[in-house]
Amino acid sequence: MSTLVSLITAAVTFGTVLMYGTLGEILTEKSGNLNLGVEGIMYMGGAFGLAGAFYYEKAAGAAASGPAAIILAILCAFAAGAFASAIYSFLTITLRTNQNVTGLALSIFGTGVGQFAGEFMRLSEGGYVALSNHLKDAFSASIWPQALINAPVLGNILFSHTVFFYLAVVLAVLMFLFFRKTRYGMYLTAVGESPSTSDAAGINITRYKYLATIIGGGISAIGGMVYIMTTAGCVWNHEGLSGVGWLAVALVIFCMWRPLNAIWGSVLFGAMMIMYLRVSLPFIPTEIYKILPYVVTVIVLIITSMRNSRDKQPPASLGMNYFREER
Amino acid sequence: MEKEYAISMRGITKRFGQVVANDRIDLDVRWGEILALLGENGSGKTTLMNMLSGIYQPDDGEIYVNGEPVYIQDPKDAFEHGIGMIHQHYKLIEVFTAAQNIILGLDGEKMDLRQTNRKVREICQRYGFDIDPEMKVYDMSVSQKQTVEIIKVLYRGANILILDEPTAVLTPQESVRLFQILRNMKADGKAIIIITHKLHEVMDVSDCVAVLRKGEYVSTVRTADTNPQALTEMMVGHAVTLNIDRPRYPKPEKKLIVQNLSVVDGEGIRRLDDVSFTAYTGEILGIAGISGSGQKELLEAMTGLMATEPGSSVRIVEGAKETELIGMSPMKIRRSGVGMAFVPEDRLGMGLVGSMGMTGNMMLRSWRKGRGIFVKKKEPKELADKILSELEVVTPGTDYSVRKLSGGNVQKVLVGREIAIQPQVLLTAYAVRGLDINTSYTIYRLLTEQKMKGVAVVYVGEDLDVLIELCDRILVLCAGRVSGIVDGRSATKEEIGLLMTHAGREDER
Repeated sequence: MSTLVSLITAAVTFGTVLMYGTLGEILTEKSGNLNLGVEGIMYMGGAFGLAGAFYYEKAAGAAASGPAAIILAILCAFAAGAFASAIYSFLTITLRTNQNVTGLALSIFGTGVGQFAGEFMRLSEGGYVALSNHLKDAFSASIWPQALINAPVLGNILFSHTVFFYLAVVLAVLMFLFFRKTRYGMYLTAVGESPSTSDAAGINITRYKYLATIIGGGISAIGGMVYIMTTAGCVWNHEGLSGVGWLAVALVIFCMWRPLNAIWGSVLFGAMMIMYLRVSLPFIPTEIYKILPYVVTVIVLIITSMRNSRDKQPPASLGMNYFREER
Repeated sequence: MEKEYAISMRGITKRFGQVVANDRIDLDVRWGEILALLGENGSGKTTLMNMLSGIYQPDDGEIYVNGEPVYIQDPKDAFEHGIGMIHQHYKLIEVFTAAQNIILGLDGEKMDLRQTNRKVREICQRYGFDIDPEMKVYDMSVSQKQTVEIIKVLYRGANILILDEPTAVLTPQESVRLFQILRNMKADGKAIIIITHKLHEVMDVSDCVAVLRKGEYVSTVRTADTNPQALTEMMVGHAVTLNIDRPRYPKPEKKLIVQNLSVVDGEGIRRLDDVSFTAYTGEILGIAGISGSGQKELLEAMTGLMATEPGSSVRIVEGAKETELIGMSPMKIRRSGVGMAFVPEDRLGMGLVGSMGMTGNMMLRSWRKGRGIFVKKKEPKELADKILSELEVVTPGTDYSVRKLSGGNVQKVLVGREIAIQPQVLLTAYAVRGLDINTSYTIYRLLTEQKMKGVAVVYVGEDLDVLIELCDRILVLCAGRVSGIVDGRSATKEEIGLLMTHAGREDER
C-alpha cells in the first residue's frame, strides 16, 4: 500500500513536469504550429527558472520569501520559453521556414543555451548553484495543511503535492474551458484546422499563431523549471531533463490535443518514467522500463488511427505554414 | 457613381510578380440582378472577385459599393460593405458544426449557439435551404457544405453575393435547386455575381454576362441579347465550333469485358455492386453518375489499385486471347502488355509528380527501360518535346515543374503521356474538370482520335451535355450499381438524370 502511495506521489511529481510541457505544446499545436523545440525550451526554462530564484535569494539574502521566489522562477522560466518560441514563431510564421527543421534547430539551440547558462552559473558561483534550505522547502512543500495530508488513504495521494501540480491542473481546466466555451478558443481551433478559412472569416491568423506559440512555449518552459526545483532539488542538473521535451511532444498525441487528458496522461507517463526506481523487478533491465512511455505512445497512435474518428485527429493544418497569396 | 449599382469596379489592375492577372477591368452589378462572370481559366475571374472579398488588394483602380468609393483591406471590410463570397474550395472547418462555422469570425455579438441555430433556421426558411445547424461539416455532402457557405454570408447580412463556380460539384438536380435559391435572393433585392464556365447555366440563370479574356475586360452584354456561340467567341477571342465531332468506328469489337465487379472499401461499405459491361474498340463509353457513386472505385479496380470481391472479372480481349486483370498488380498489368492507360482524377496526386518536369514525368512510364541501375533519359526527353509541341503545352521548358503549370497544361502532359503508350484501353476520370473551353475541346478531340484508332475509351464525366455529345454509349452508375446503359446519340439529359438517382432510393447510404 505504501509502495503504491509513494509510487503515485512520485508519479505526480514527475508528471507535473510533463504536464506543463504537454499543455504548452497543446496550445502551440492547436494553432497549427508543430513546435518540436520543446526539449530545448524546457532546458532553457530549467536554467533561467533556477537563475531567477537563485539571484533573487542572493540579492535579498535571508529576507527572501518563498512565494516571491516561486513567482520569480515561474516568470523567468516563462520568459525564457516565450523568447525561444518567439524566435520559432518569427521564423515559421513570418519567414515561413519549415516547421520541423526549425523546431529541431530550436531543440538543439535551447538545450545549448540552457546548458551554457546553467554551467555558467555553476562555475561563476564556485562550482555549485543551490538555494538555501528554507527556499527549497517552499518549492517542494505541499500547499495544504498537514492535517489534510495526514488524512487516511487519500491524504497523501491528493494533498501532498507541490503548488506546481495544482497550478498545472488549474491551467489544464482553464485551457479546456478556453477551447470549449470561449470565442477565442474556437477561433484558435479554427486557425489550426484551416488557416485559409479563418483568414477568409476575418480572423487575424498571424496574431493567433504568434500568441498561441509564444504563450505555449512559456508554459512548456515552466515544466523545465519545475523539474529543476522539485525533482532535482533546486540544484542545476544538466542531464536530468534530457528526453523530457520529446516525451511531452509524444504526450500531446497521447492526449489527442485535449487539455483535460493531459492531467491523467502526464501522471501515467510520470509513473512509467519512474517505475524502474520504485517497482524494479531484478530480471527486467531498467532500459525496458524507460522505453515504456514511448511504446505506449506508439500503441495509442495505432489505436487512434484505427478508430478513425474525425474528432480525435490532429489539427488539420499542423506542421504547415500559411501564406495568403499562395496559389 | 450611381446608387442603382451594387458594385462598380473601375480600372482594376492586379499583378502577381511579372504576371498581370487583371488589367484595367471595369465591372458593374445592379441590385436585384444576377451577373455571370465568364472567362477561360487564367482569365482573372477569381482574382478579380478576390479583390471584392478582400483576399487581395488591387494595385490600381477603384471599387464603389452602392455608389460610395470603398477600400477593402481584408475580408472583414468586405463583410462590412455587405459583400460575401462563396469560394470554389469551401472554406469550412471540418470538425465544427454548421452553426459554429457560420459564426466564425463574427466578433460583435455574444457567442450563443442556441440563438445562432434559431437564426440559421430562419434564413433557411426564407430562401428555401434545408440544413441542420448542428450537423458537423465532415458528415455533410458537397451540396450541404455549399449551403452552409451561402448561409454563412447571408447570416452576416451580405446583400452582394459572389459565387465561384458553384455548380462544378453539384448534380443537375442540386444545381436546379441552387438556381431557384439564387432567384429567391434576387427577388429579395440582392446583387449576385456568379463565376462559371458552363454556358447553359449562364443562359439559364443570369441577367447580364461580363466576359474577361486573359486578364482583360471584353464587355458586358444582357443575357437575353446573346447566345452561347457569341459568348464563346467573346471569351476565346476567335470563332470556335461548339460541336463535338462524333464519327462512327467501322467495325467495333469487344475489348474490355467487366463482369460482376464488386468492391468493398476499408470501412465495409459496398462501393461497387455487381457491375458488368463491355467496352468495344472504337467507342467512347461514358460513365455518368452523382459524384461518389462508384466511378473512382470502378477505375481503380480495373487498374489493379483496389482490391475486388471474389467473383469479379475484368478481361481484355486481343483476338482470341483474353487476359484476366483481377488479381494483378498495376506493375503486372503494365508488364503483361495489355496497354491499359489511365488518366486519374487527381492529376498531380496520382497522375504526375508535381515537382518534376515533363521529362521526369514521362519517365514514370519508362523508368525500367534503363541499363542496370541507370535510367535512360533520351527517349522520355524526346517524348516530352513531342507532347510539348503537338499538344501546345505552355511551359518554359520540359524541365519546369509541372505543378507550376495551369490545370489545362497539366492535363495535356498527362493525357499526352498516357496516349503515347499506344493503349488498347484508355480510362479517363473527369478529364476536363477545371479546364477551360479551348483545352476541353482539345481533350475531346484527342479522345475521339484515340477512339478512331480502335482504342476502347472509358470517359468518366460530370457534365451531362458533354457526355451526350461525346460518347457513343453512356453507362449510368447509381450507388455503386449500373442503373442503365443508354445510347449517346439518342439519350436525353432527363433520362440520364433520372437513372443517376434511380437505384439510390431504396438503400440510401
